[in-house]
Amino acid sequence: METMSENFFRGVWVIAYRELMRLVMEPTRIVVTLATPLLFLVMFGGGFSRIVGDMAPGVDFVKFMYPGILAMAVVMPSLFSGLSIVWDREFGFLREILVAPISRSGIVVGKALGGGTMAMIQAMFLLILAPLLGVHIEFGQLVSLVPLLLLLSMTLSGLGILVASRMKSQQGFQLVMQLLLLPLMFLSGVFFPVNDVPAWLAAIAKINPVTYGVDAIRQVMLTGAIHSAATGVGGLVVDGPGKTLTGRLATNVMGTQLFGHSLSILEEGLFLAALATVLISLAACSFGNRE
Amino acid sequence: MKSNPAAMPVIVANGLVRNFGTIEAVKGISFAIASGEIFGFVGPNGAGKSTTINILCTLLRPTAGQVMVNGCDVQRDSNAVRRSIGLVFQDTTLDSYLTAEQNLLFHGWAYGVPSATLSRRMRELLELVELWDRRKEKISHYSGGMKRRLEIARGLLHTPRVLFLDEPTLGLDPQTRRHIWNYVRELREREGLTIFMTTHYLDEAEICDRIAIIDHGKLVTLDTPDRLKDALGGDVVTLETEDAPGAAAIVRERYGFDPVITAGQVQFRVPNGERFLPEFVRSFDQPLRAISVRRPTLEDVFISQTGHAIRPAADGVQDAWRARWKR
Ligand SMILES: Nc1ncnc2c1ncn2[C@@H]1O[C@H](COP(=O)(O)OP(=O)(O)OP(=O)(O)O)[C@@H](O)[C@H]1O
Ligand SMILES: [Mg+2]
Repeated sequence: METMSENFFRGVWVIAYRELMRLVMEPTRIVVTLATPLLFLVMFGGGFSRIVGDMAPGVDFVKFMYPGILAMAVVMPSLFSGLSIVWDREFGFLREILVAPISRSGIVVGKALGGGTMAMIQAMFLLILAPLLGVHIEFGQLVSLVPLLLLLSMTLSGLGILVASRMKSQQGFQLVMQLLLLPLMFLSGVFFPVNDVPAWLAAIAKINPVTYGVDAIRQVMLTGAIHSAATGVGGLVVDGPGKTLTGRLATNVMGTQLFGHSLSILEEGLFLAALATVLISLAACSFGNRE
Repeated sequence: MKSNPAAMPVIVANGLVRNFGTIEAVKGISFAIASGEIFGFVGPNGAGKSTTINILCTLLRPTAGQVMVNGCDVQRDSNAVRRSIGLVFQDTTLDSYLTAEQNLLFHGWAYGVPSATLSRRMRELLELVELWDRRKEKISHYSGGMKRRLEIARGLLHTPRVLFLDEPTLGLDPQTRRHIWNYVRELREREGLTIFMTTHYLDEAEICDRIAIIDHGKLVTLDTPDRLKDALGGDVVTLETEDAPGAAAIVRERYGFDPVITAGQVQFRVPNGERFLPEFVRSFDQPLRAISVRRPTLEDVFISQTGHAIRPAADGVQDAWRARWKR
């Protein structure tokens, strides 16, 4: 007799695998989604870096933006993994999925992983391009980046599928996504740090899951650079009790502050993991309850 | 294959009700289907056929009533039910961005078909529906009839015990339709499959062992096509003679039937007309110019059971289009 977990795992891989089959059948989709974050990087980075200047010692605007763009490259395909459910519903294939002996939660996790794979492909592309933009990434940083990007992707896939589980038409889904995407992207620290903004804006930014992803990625990529830049200029300058200038500069730009506490990479990772679990579970419930 | 629902019911539905808001799509339907039976659900557009299929295949919760498929409750044990049934829906459910082969692979994996069995069965079924040569093509290049045939092959890939066909020939040309019914018959012979199908083409319902006529969400009648037609009072015998009133009188007095004279011809109904005819010709002593016997059609049955024709006199093609756009 089949067990529940067999129905779950078979569902996860068969659904994720189909997303990849489709991707292989239409590679233009990768190109199109890749173009957006790249355009942002080139346009905003190129345009603003003249005006804005360094964000922190040793961190120009492009270096500051790059982690945010990396996060965006993950956020968009993840959110839109929900679109493929709406698409399947509209074109009938969802019924083929729903009458198969696979668990509803397996379907949701499979879709999320499918979106996640797409997201990781895009992230890899941006990572490969990094040296061209003057951004240097060490192997050690890569090791922390990959799980963070994956967690961010699962969180937003969960959100996208949660929305999709209630949507009947692609237009409806696209509309909701347009509404969500703007605050998710612009109030996330991708373009400006969220610690030094008006309180209402900071409040929104701090309930935005993307903020934590962007910040964790930024901490991984920039802490070293700021540190060495600061020591290179004037060594450690003590500023207040036990706090270095490096630390202060870094907190302005990085380390999302929650209740006066500056979050570490690990804390932000755990927070994303928890959020991803909650959102995917909610999506699975909502999807399972629809008939 | 004689049907005997008491022997081994594969599907048992008990008091099925399904409402959509204020619309009562299905109003308390009960039936039992025996193993190896071809069971037809016949009714006009909107009768509740698809709704019933969706309940039987675990996609829709009934508002009331219960269904057992292969001994499993569709609501409590849905994955066991799903494993044992194959489906061809009214509207296509293929992924048009994938090839035929990829669609079948997805299906086989989703149902956990072992890979050796899967490739053997894929070949077997694709050859049966004559699509083996075109398996590498994208579905978006397929015609409607090819899609249908592929869906039938896909529905059988995991060797289900019951195959559900919802309007499998809707919008197809007569030749493709004939093809599809040939597969269905062949499959029943080969795999001992039980087939549950819906249609509103009454001539196609003839291949069923038993037919349920459904109208406005209610089951009007359920029996073999022959018995349904016999219940109308038998076959229609038409005589052409020199003397119609005389012949009619003889038929009434000597044979005990109730003839009517229309357009100079004598017509009467006889149970089992083919057997009656030789006997009648031998014993009838008036000169006969012509004699014919016609089975009543299911159309006759439908009209007599529901009081209306199954669909307003519409052209078949238009009808198919309307049904496509309805959803
Ligand atoms: N999801 C739904 N929401 C609301 N009403 C529905 C839904 N599905 C079906 N109905 C209604 O239920 C009734 C029965 O529909 P159903 O699709 O079962 O008919 P059918 O016998 O399959 O007809 P057809 O021959 O046109 O396919 C119709 O009145 C239809 O409008
Ligand atoms: Mg229907």
